[in-house]
Amino acid sequence: MSAMLILIACSLLIAGSFLAAFIWSIQDDQYEDDYTPSIRMLLDDKEEKPKELFNPSNNKQ
Amino acid sequence: MIQKSSCYHCGDPCSEVVVLEEKIFCCNGCKQVYLLLKENNLCNYYTITDHAGIKAKGKFTGEKFAYLEDEEIIHKLALFKSRQQINLQLSIPQIHCASCIYLLEKLYLLDKGIIHSRVNFQKKEIFISFNPTITSLRKVVETMAFVGYEPNISLQDTLHTKKVNTSGNSLIIKIGVAGFSFANIMMLSFPDYFSGGTIETLSLKHTFTWLSFILSLPVLFYSATPIFKNALTGLRQNEINIDAPIALATLITFLRSYYEIMSGIGVGYLDSGTGIIFFMLTGRWFQNKTYEKLSFDRKYQSYFPLGVMVKRDQKEISIPISKLAVNDWMIIRNNELIPADAILMSDHANIDYSFVNGEKTTHQAIKGDLIYAGGKQIGASIQLKTIKSSSQSYITELWNNPVFKKTKAYKDSFVHPWSRYFTLALFSIAIIASIYWYFTDASQLLNAVTSILIVACPCSLLLTATFTFGNMLRIIGKHQLYLKNASVIEALSDIRHIVFDKTGTLNSNDRAEIIYNGNPLSESESNLIKNITGHSAHILSRTLHNHLKTRSNTNEAALATYEEHLNLGIHAHDGIQDIKIGSGHFVTGHQPSTPESSEVHINIGNSYKGYFTVRKPYRTGIEASLRTLKNQYQIHILSGDNDAEESELKKMIGEDVPMIFKASPEDKLNYIKSLQEKGEKVVMIGDGLNDAGALMQANVGIAIHDNNAHFTPASDAIMDGQSLYRLPSLLRYIQLHKKIVLAGFSFSILYNIAGLSFAVQGLLQPVVAAILMPVSSITIVGLAILLTNWAGQKLNQKILTT
Repeated sequence: MSAMLILIACSLLIAGSFLAAFIWSIQDDQYEDDYTPSIRMLLDDKEEKPKELFNPSNNKQ
Repeated sequence: MIQKSSCYHCGDPCSEVVVLEEKIFCCNGCKQVYLLLKENNLCNYYTITDHAGIKAKGKFTGEKFAYLEDEEIIHKLALFKSRQQINLQLSIPQIHCASCIYLLEKLYLLDKGIIHSRVNFQKKEIFISFNPTITSLRKVVETMAFVGYEPNISLQDTLHTKKVNTSGNSLIIKIGVAGFSFANIMMLSFPDYFSGGTIETLSLKHTFTWLSFILSLPVLFYSATPIFKNALTGLRQNEINIDAPIALATLITFLRSYYEIMSGIGVGYLDSGTGIIFFMLTGRWFQNKTYEKLSFDRKYQSYFPLGVMVKRDQKEISIPISKLAVNDWMIIRNNELIPADAILMSDHANIDYSFVNGEKTTHQAIKGDLIYAGGKQIGASIQLKTIKSSSQSYITELWNNPVFKKTKAYKDSFVHPWSRYFTLALFSIAIIASIYWYFTDASQLLNAVTSILIVACPCSLLLTATFTFGNMLRIIGKHQLYLKNASVIEALSDIRHIVFDKTGTLNSNDRAEIIYNGNPLSESESNLIKNITGHSAHILSRTLHNHLKTRSNTNEAALATYEEHLNLGIHAHDGIQDIKIGSGHFVTGHQPSTPESSEVHINIGNSYKGYFTVRKPYRTGIEASLRTLKNQYQIHILSGDNDAEESELKKMIGEDVPMIFKASPEDKLNYIKSLQEKGEKVVMIGDGLNDAGALMQANVGIAIHDNNAHFTPASDAIMDGQSLYRLPSLLRYIQLHKKIVLAGFSFSILYNIAGLSFAVQGLLQPVVAAILMPVSSITIVGLAILLTNWAGQKLNQKILTT
């Protein structure tokens, strides 16, 4: 019957990780905006110069 | 034709053309924006959406955003502030297409100090973080304004600490936790149910029950907190609200289950207990439908700009409105709002008060006139001397009325008394059962009484109500009537009186209808009128000018003389003949018999030609729907405008409708109040700041808007003006809510009777509770949604056929 206990532990672990992922996605505001990302992914940057990594500390402007 | 000569940047038809690289621009401003984008390799902006650009407003004078350098203002606007980084959120109503997202998220190419920007398309907001050592808030906003996305920074933004949307999120997390525990406890209970309560391996049985116990703790101590809190606040105010019996039932379920588990006599009712919490919270969430684009609590501060240009020490500087002092010289440009009562110092001004009092014509003022806050200057920039601070001006005084101080309390839902009767009946059953068991078998007493309280709680009643209301909010939202919350549904069904504002509500502000009466005008004559009216800033001249411009597009001819008489008309000479355009009295010399504010009379040479009637047409279908409403409600009309349209309105909806014209914002508020003092329930429908007081005072205030970016004053509901004709059908639909809740409630009574019959006999097995609880909850929720949807279908058909 210990197999049962291991299975229960596994199932709780998996379900618990889903719960954790759910809470994380809410806290991360992933549902705040459900429209813009769908447009954002369609915009491509082909005309753009390779984006230089921006570092505020050594910019002379 | 139009396509060929439309601006590459903004798509507007070009009258004068600026050509660059075979591309046509309507103005230099648009070309400049294009050049800037091209220089930074942002031309994708034009390939994603054609003519994505927003017409450049021309150069804005350098100091317009100077107030953004004020440390205090930056501090209030910023979400986060350090020496290296400032984060803030700005509202940009101009966001309209994919190109806007593209450009706004590439702002870091235009201003090297911008670290990151992110658009929320639906809220029309942008989140920006920038480095204040490289750039400044003012520069960032100026860059955005230059490319056409001027953020809307209002006084309101600085008044409140930033709204952090945690309450909604925490409810969702509570639901998640409850759902997780409910599902797992249910699964752990199955072996017990299927074996008929006799699991042979005792260690396994113990593991199941103790795991359930642990899993139920976060539900009791975290997820259920809102229910307990509500019940407690009710009890503190010496009233039993709807959450009290539910909190009691929850508490008894959990305590009895814990007792059974601790003492080893049973497994308890933890699956039912957690399930109830899960369903109740889901219902709450479902009912709280929110509309991201809309705001139901705007005060005048949202309309007022944050900064104003003043002249101090011979210099023009921009200061925050809060620092505007009496005797400051303000400089107000075209289309800017005047933030405080002031005396006009320039020779002429053309003030549009439509915002303040609903008058549709502009008011022409001369030097020395008193100009009220909230007016908008149309035309050249003017100078004014402040006489009152912004918060004490005429229009803002309205907000000192006590109506705005208190938050509107809605009447308790009809569900509450029902739940009280239900609880009362429940307690009587429990007492009778306990007396019976006391005399027959006292050991069964506690068991029976707790069982009764566990199985029958008013949860089903509350579930029916929350899901019915929630689904109704969604369905009427599809018809562009957006309610602030579910209480408004009930408030709307008690209504007896409907008070309409006229300008902007019954007739739309967007379109103007122009009808010509008189001798036909030749093409050259109508051209002449077009030319002359083009010189005037008066609203009627401009409407007429635009109307004639769409008909003919010949070039403007020079005029020999041009003379404008304030609020009267224009006297001009084109070298051949005299032309008079203006009011009937001005042109013909006769005093008119009827009010004629919207008539433009024409006299060319020696002959009187005729007159144009300019009017805002009534919204389509409004006549029919007002007539329908009249059968059930008493209709009133309050207008800030003059009574020129009174006879027409009376013809339209009947002589018996009370109409008041030239009503001030206070008049409107007091009118509603006087109706309410007679015990009447009133709904006010209006737009604009002049209705703000009445909207607040009314039992339900419905604000009308004509496009999504438009601001509406604080109200209980917001409605799209195009859908106003649907109001009768929508009101009838809303009234169905009581019947639907009743149907769901009667259904749940059947389950309760079944459950109670087990409970009073002391036979309530956990398995019975475990089956009854989810089955009853799900059927009731299903029934509520089914019925509201079915009625919604009928509503759709009805609206389609009208």
